[in-house]
Amino acid sequence: MNIVTVQQAQKTYNPDKIPVHALQGVDLTIEQGEFTALVGPSGSGKTTLLNAIGGLDLLTAGKIIINNQDIATFSDSELIEFRKQNIGFVFQAYNLIPVFTAKENVEFVMLLQGKSEQERDTRVRELLTAVGLADQIDRRPSELSGGQQQRVAVARALASKPQFILADEPTANLDSKSTADLLDIMLELNQKENITFLFSTHDQRVIDRARRVVTLEDGKIISDERVS
Amino acid sequence: MIFKIAWRNIGRNKRRTLLTAASIFFAVFFSCVMTSINRGVFDKMIDDSVTSNVGYIQIHKKGFWDDQVINNAMVYDQQWKQELAAIDKVQTVIPRLQSAAMISFGKITKNVLVTGIDPAAENKLTNISNRVVDGEYLNADDQAVLIGEGLAKKLKATIGDTLILLSQGYRGVNAAQVYPIKGIVSFGVPALSSGMVYMPLAAAQYFYGANNLTTAVVLDVAGKEDVEEVLPPLYAKLDTNNTYEVMAWQEMIPDILNLKQTKDSSNKVVTIILYFIVGFGIFGTILMMTRERQYEFGVLLSIGMKRGQLAASVWIETLLLGLLGAVVGIALAYGLAYYLMVNPIVMQGEMAEAYTKFGMDPVMPASVALDIFWEQALTVLTITTLIALYPAFVIFRLQPVTAMRS
Repeated sequence: MNIVTVQQAQKTYNPDKIPVHALQGVDLTIEQGEFTALVGPSGSGKTTLLNAIGGLDLLTAGKIIINNQDIATFSDSELIEFRKQNIGFVFQAYNLIPVFTAKENVEFVMLLQGKSEQERDTRVRELLTAVGLADQIDRRPSELSGGQQQRVAVARALASKPQFILADEPTANLDSKSTADLLDIMLELNQKENITFLFSTHDQRVIDRARRVVTLEDGKIISDERVS
Repeated sequence: MIFKIAWRNIGRNKRRTLLTAASIFFAVFFSCVMTSINRGVFDKMIDDSVTSNVGYIQIHKKGFWDDQVINNAMVYDQQWKQELAAIDKVQTVIPRLQSAAMISFGKITKNVLVTGIDPAAENKLTNISNRVVDGEYLNADDQAVLIGEGLAKKLKATIGDTLILLSQGYRGVNAAQVYPIKGIVSFGVPALSSGMVYMPLAAAQYFYGANNLTTAVVLDVAGKEDVEEVLPPLYAKLDTNNTYEVMAWQEMIPDILNLKQTKDSSNKVVTIILYFIVGFGIFGTILMMTRERQYEFGVLLSIGMKRGQLAASVWIETLLLGLLGAVVGIALAYGLAYYLMVNPIVMQGEMAEAYTKFGMDPVMPASVALDIFWEQALTVLTITTLIALYPAFVIFRLQPVTAMRS
């Protein structure tokens, strides 16, 4: 089942001055349960494509259809609501709320969704256990290592039970051990819970474990390989 | 959740929070204390003036206030007294018959103001018997006078000496009589001390040929707040279009009220300048905070926080920052004001002399009226709300991607 369809996506920055064509007619389909890596050199359009799929950035032309809905038709507040219900984000710099504990960071999106305390509590413990941080529940981001923070970020992204997770260079700031641990967790969640992951990376350790590798160059897809 | 983010964000940069809160504390504290002392001093000045002289409400014959002559006297009898006393909140009805006269003792003659009073009723309002420094206070049937200390010195007269009073009575009748001095009264105000003569109302009415007449009837109430309740039934009872004029205390002491208004205005200017400076201080903090957190705002919007929720969180944070300083400032200012109310600052030297000269105790009490403190809290609330418009404006225009790229 397709959950994301990108049709002829084009994105041009500074169209009136010195145009930069970040995306030039990208077509892509993501199916439920995929573990897909977007790869390519810097400036190839990976992050732009992820932002566009996440509704964080608007395309210059083309369409992004999620659950049969063209997200360009959403108003700003509808888009925020759509993101909250359907998409989980993992950022390169973790981006946890510094004044919240690990538990509160994971709980945050569920609070925004209006989930009950009991439901939140159960889900938070389940997720932090899944990412191996059950014993760090009351620590603030400044008290956690980079790898631990990124695992909290993954738990936060999963908390709202989104349709898919978008991760922008999730291992860029992590050492080898933390990278391996994070990938183990993401793959386990993908396989056990059928959660769809789409992430940008140019980290070979991540690429090696992806089941689909989409390569971008100069804003175009130059290869799309599935790994058995 | 919004409150929790706001509250915890307050502690993110403790030094900056403390500096901002301290500047707010200073402004609130200074403003509260300044207003409190100013209010206390003027309240005392007004109370002194009202309770020692004019009273809260006066009734005259129409036109008397502008032309204070005995021919503008009005009839005052027992029935009228009872009707006035029956009005709810009226505690005492105090009749006065006041007119000018010449007083003479030996070879010295002076102009004075003679006031015929009901000694018991008058004493309830002005507590004048406590000002008697020599001799005794008056009784209603006395044929004697109380005179000011200054006048006694000028006349070189003392208790038991007989004074000659000369004047023109009601409708031109000749007024001439001799009265012994029964008591000498001390007044702070030199003009009163050297120009006031009191005698029982009946004696004054006889002297001026003004039987059953008074020039003023003072209605005493428990406090200023009762005046507004007494006026409507009074207006209903009296023909104020043609026969009587009714004046509340504010109309009778316009000079003090004008002075108070001037002082209030100058204090307001100081307060506005103070809050303006402090407002810029808070704005600087919020400006920095907004710029530092644009990335974070972008993330929060990305993961599904609504712009309104984010703006509300920043507003609460700004408000808490303001209230932190304001609450401490108000609490300490209230404590100090309360102390100064119980133990007023006692003035020394020339300032003390100036106060005494105007008949006031040389003290500066403070007021603990709650509106003084609420006003400051409200001001801080308004300033912080206005300042919080800036981050709200930024948040509502923020594009998450742009913010996270910055």
